[in-house]
Amino acid sequence: MTESARDITKKEAATPEGVERTRPHKVYTPSVDILERKDEIVVTADLPGVDENSLDINLEKNVLTINGRVESEMPEPYRMAYAEYGVGDYQRAFTLSDEVDKERIHATMKNGVLRLVMPKATAAKARKIAVTAES
Amino acid sequence: MLRTDFSRFGLLDPWRTIERLNRAASGMLAQSTSEFPAVNVWADSDKAIITSELPGMSAEEVDIAVNGKSITLRGSRKLEDACEGECYHRQERWHGQFTRTIDLPYLIDTEKVEARFTKGVLQVTVPRAEADKPKKIAVKFE
Repeated sequence: MTESARDITKKEAATPEGVERTRPHKVYTPSVDILERKDEIVVTADLPGVDENSLDINLEKNVLTINGRVESEMPEPYRMAYAEYGVGDYQRAFTLSDEVDKERIHATMKNGVLRLVMPKATAAKARKIAVTAES
Repeated sequence: MLRTDFSRFGLLDPWRTIERLNRAASGMLAQSTSEFPAVNVWADSDKAIITSELPGMSAEEVDIAVNGKSITLRGSRKLEDACEGECYHRQERWHGQFTRTIDLPYLIDTEKVEARFTKGVLQVTVPRAEADKPKKIAVKFE
């Protein structure tokens, strides 16, 4: 575990030069797994501290944006004694290919993990072109 | 040598300033940790709250053991979407086993340790043992 621990450290999300976010929180890039099956693409993202009410998923012009807000910080008498990770919102965007059936995207949130199932459009499935070798 | 020379000017000692800044910075965020999972510790006079981000895990999958002044978190996370062949576009999420021991500066009241799991964030409340608490001594007026 220690070997890969460095990769697990939360990474802050990038903002375009000179542009600030309105909320003065830190924004992190969530870790994701993306896998493709025959008829669907599954995106799984680690969003600890986010639930279904504080999550926005947008799909516009083939760009899928995931935005998670984290309500953080401990109530008063406590003060921070030691910190290894930062707490903040999450943001990440992916460009999708045309083959996703946008009407049937299905998202679930459980224990801080988002699971986004994107079925492939039937037309796209049929469009697959077989390549044969010529001799 | 340098220090003595500078100390003649009193407050202007640069080494002391750097030292002070370093100390302030390291107290704030220990970023270079290789331990997993990362924890944050919140404290008041007789309690500490340890938080850790363990998304996708449930309360039953985390094992918490308390011994004297230390508390150990143990668990493992499996990937729920396994697939055969080369079907991953990206695989960034961690999986596997972890053990993390945190030493606190006081004896823990083992009976009163409480743990909560919400939205993938583990929160363990660790109270200080009654016997370990400092005694208040009233100053008598004569």
